[in-house]
Amino acid sequence: MTQPGEFYQRDRTIQPPAFTPDYKTSVARSPRYSMISLQNSVSEITGPRFGHSDIDAGDNDLLTNYAKAGESPIGERIILHGRVLNENACPVPNTLVEIWQANAGGRYRHKKDTYLAPIDPNFGGCGRTLTDENGYFFFRTVKPGAYPWRNMVNNWRPAHIHVSVFGSGFVQRLITQCYFEGDPLIPICPIVQTIPDPDAIEQLTAKLDLNATIPLDSIAYKFDIVLRGRRSTLFENRLEGN
Amino acid sequence: MPQELAYLKESASQTAGPYVHIGLAPGAAGFDIYRQELGHDITGPNAKGERIRVEGRVVDGMGAPIKDVLLEVWQANADGHYAHPEGGGDVEDGFRGWGRVISDFDTGEWSFETVKPGTTKGRNVSMQAPHLNLWIVARGINIGLNTRMYFGDEAQANAADPVLNLIEWKHRRATLIADRSEASGLPVYRFDIQLQGENETVFFDV
Repeated sequence: MTQPGEFYQRDRTIQPPAFTPDYKTSVARSPRYSMISLQNSVSEITGPRFGHSDIDAGDNDLLTNYAKAGESPIGERIILHGRVLNENACPVPNTLVEIWQANAGGRYRHKKDTYLAPIDPNFGGCGRTLTDENGYFFFRTVKPGAYPWRNMVNNWRPAHIHVSVFGSGFVQRLITQCYFEGDPLIPICPIVQTIPDPDAIEQLTAKLDLNATIPLDSIAYKFDIVLRGRRSTLFENRLEGN
Repeated sequence: MPQELAYLKESASQTAGPYVHIGLAPGAAGFDIYRQELGHDITGPNAKGERIRVEGRVVDGMGAPIKDVLLEVWQANADGHYAHPEGGGDVEDGFRGWGRVISDFDTGEWSFETVKPGTTKGRNVSMQAPHLNLWIVARGINIGLNTRMYFGDEAQANAADPVLNLIEWKHRRATLIADRSEASGLPVYRFDIQLQGENETVFFDV
């Protein structure tokens, strides 16, 4: 019996390890035994699917999805857009992308966030969308602010947007963070620096995309997300990985 | 120019952080924004099979329950089919087989209701014992942790399960098997996940 096209083994050399003592919270929350490596079964190659009945069209517009009528959140208006691709450089269509972030002052709308910067009454801080048939997605939002956090005494998170993506198989499930080109806090952030590979950090850094800006309205950043790729079953009539 | 392999690299994971609720469970963060939050209904109204409740905590290396954890479950229906084109067969209308749950901010307890899945095809000719696939993220977890929950009342199927049998240390297999009890007429499976320490749960590199 031919096996289904499996996902490529995860490249752990570009992924943060579990135990990263400079990010102190990881110390007690990191498994110490080796993971058991599993070849894919049906449990791994399948994953949940979402459709347009699950979300609303305006869910990807953080400028309006929580604002009072006629009002806007405070901050630098941005478009965050890009594609979800797999490691074969093919688009991942119809997949759910969810984001969340602090407001322009660096404050989250969360009952556990007590930072000095104020809540913005017109900003919720979350959005979601499905990629189109080309794997493309976009959000409108404000650029989040940097904020301090308790780790070492004086640690500041670079401006970032949290991103959650599904893909087609549950082994592609990914949560990451999108940073912004030129932020001097990126190289000194203990959370960013859990990633052992400089190119992998670069890949999480959205680039200013002047062509995609809307003149006199919003500046744009491009952020492509890569999920694990899948092997082709070359000797069948179907190229599952491609 | 010699041949280049034009593969891309998977994006690096980053922690979901303490405010994951804003994006994935905004009601828990303290505000109402979406028409519907996703992941509350795993089975839909038409799912066959035994209705069950699964509950537990995720415990850190100090023995303390994690109060800002988020878990996702991916499971087959009672026939052992996943809701996916390659899932092994049809599922009931409305059955998604995916759920999302967060721990209580005070106690760290989480729970969800679903149906007990059936056996699923393993690799080659093997059959996998009924199980839930779990994915765990939280502040301090740099990359989501994958594990499986098996059912304590499926001793025979568990003994033949190809994944459990991969675990060389027999006593560690027990970390993946949830005990069954009853509460208010519903079967309850208790699954405490230990991130670290003597009884560290088995995690999978999938």
